Amino acid sequence: MSTTTAPTSTAATGQSAAEAGPRKVRGRSRRGRAASLASHGILTVASLIAFFPVAWLVYLSLGPDKDDYLHPGGIWSKMTFSNYSFVLQHTEFFDWLKSSLIVSLGTTVIGVLIAATTGYAVSRMRFPGYKKFMWVLLVTQMFPVAVLMVPMYQILSDLQLIDSYLGLILVYCSTAVPYCAWLLKGYFDTIPFEIDEAGRVDGLTPFGTFARLILPLAKPGLAVAAFYSFLTAFGEVAFASTFMLSDTKYTFAVGLQTFVSEHDAQRNLMAATAVLIAIPVSAFFYLVQKNLVTGLTAGGTKG
Amino acid sequence: MTVAIDRATGKRHGDRAPRPGLGGRFKRSYQKYWYAYAMIAPVIVVLGALVLYPLVYGLYLTLTDANSLNTARTIGVNHIDATYKFIGLDNYKDILFGPTAYDRFWSHFIWTIVWTALCVALHYTIGLGLALLLNQKLRGRTFYRLILILPWAVPTFVTVFGWRFMLADGGIVNLALDALHLPSPDWLEDTFWQRFAAIMVNTWCGVPFMMVSLLGGLQSIDASLYEAAEMDGATAWQRFRYVTLPGLRSVSSTVVLLGIIWTFNQFAVIFLLFGNTAPDAQILVTWAYYLGFGQQPRDFAQSAAYGILLLAILIVFTSFYRRWLNRNEQQLAI
Repeated sequence: MSTTTAPTSTAATGQSAAEAGPRKVRGRSRRGRAASLASHGILTVASLIAFFPVAWLVYLSLGPDKDDYLHPGGIWSKMTFSNYSFVLQHTEFFDWLKSSLIVSLGTTVIGVLIAATTGYAVSRMRFPGYKKFMWVLLVTQMFPVAVLMVPMYQILSDLQLIDSYLGLILVYCSTAVPYCAWLLKGYFDTIPFEIDEAGRVDGLTPFGTFARLILPLAKPGLAVAAFYSFLTAFGEVAFASTFMLSDTKYTFAVGLQTFVSEHDAQRNLMAATAVLIAIPVSAFFYLVQKNLVTGLTAGGTKG
Repeated sequence: MTVAIDRATGKRHGDRAPRPGLGGRFKRSYQKYWYAYAMIAPVIVVLGALVLYPLVYGLYLTLTDANSLNTARTIGVNHIDATYKFIGLDNYKDILFGPTAYDRFWSHFIWTIVWTALCVALHYTIGLGLALLLNQKLRGRTFYRLILILPWAVPTFVTVFGWRFMLADGGIVNLALDALHLPSPDWLEDTFWQRFAAIMVNTWCGVPFMMVSLLGGLQSIDASLYEAAEMDGATAWQRFRYVTLPGLRSVSSTVVLLGIIWTFNQFAVIFLLFGNTAPDAQILVTWAYYLGFGQQPRDFAQSAAYGILLLAILIVFTSFYRRWLNRNEQQLAI
């Protein structure tokens, strides 16, 4: 804000400009401070809203009685870990852990293994039917649970696979496989084509290029697909609630519901179980979240 | 052995030699593309067995009157054969135009549309607002970011139960409202408040994904654009309107589509928040589940027909959305 570049300016305008200069700067910094205070204020409130329900669940899990959630003030004086020891010793917690892990890991392994070559093929090659194939992959991801649930239930009962881990894994694969293929295509797209060409110049077949050159480079992408399949399978509610019948084969998503029935609501135990489930899963999520986010959005493809 | 290893190869349609006969063409295309087909074969097989076959079977079931009393089942050692019969399109007719069509389908349909629109709008605006705040130079923004994605980090089936405790009669939310001398609604019993609660919980669960994706989009906008805008004297609003929003367009169109599909299909929030107690707060997906598995006798045919209708709605919507984006010359990032 200088007046030297305007030789024709009168003293009056020069003066007003000189006055305006510092005032503007001061106004700006004050506004900056106010804006930053407001930002902090809004972010703090939002963080509290995001944090509170989870914190509340942890707090309730420390109350020994099942109606303590009605009198939260009373929990302070009688805090105890008795719920946790009860859940670990007298419920099917470890059975549920086993089922959850078997089903989630099974889905992850099958999903990533099957989808890997496809992701590569649709990233690098164009073949008749390409567009239709991509459309199919896209449409499969938006299947509502209601579409496949009835026929799957009938088919799996014919095959006697209701209430078995394999049945649930197969059901989950119907969404995990196309989703992994999408994610992996996105990741393969970011690997330069020159690497493929170099491999082919050196006499590798497309399979060789894929297995020896691209796959080692794509480990982060494979990891993202694996994390995502795992988390989705772990948190799935609808199929697990319907297809798993015996209480030792429940996954966590089903097992947690069993604490609240029409006759009895053991909310304190439920809260303790919920916390026990949430801690490892959230820790896992925080470890992988950076990769997960880039994989989900930027990992998409064009065309 | 020319595998189309580059995008360019796919476009070489024009300079082809005169077409050979059908057999020859098949042979040539087989030789040319067999790598590609071999590589996608595993997914084709899996999708055929796990998606296409059930889908066709489900389509067939929608044309019958199958329910849990007349389908094949095994009780003890006795195997009972299926006795359901083909009834054509009666299920669809009954769902869409039957005497109870409004109560059973259309009311849930309207609520599902309202639910999807409100939830996605809230997800997007709150997510964008928080992303803009987090995109400034701010002390402790990593900390804020970590706290704010907590609702995404904890599995939904866990947090929904947390909300259920909070919203229950005499739960902390109503205690707090009482303390402030505000009316304390029956969150989990009254239809309006059930819907309100469902949208609130789903918004709480869905904002972090939008926030993080949009933050990624904001960070990829070139900072020099903002400098240039500032040099030209653009106000904060103008910078937002003419630099930020266009820069976010590609990310936005993708996350909004994903958000719409996910919210439309959102099962866990409503199912776990209310169970079977709230017939009026069920969206179509949970309602279809209730018809097929939540009642006795289980009405498989109608449930499957709802599923097919839902899928049809989504496919039609997505096609229009893509066409609309293409007309505006935007690329969908999925």
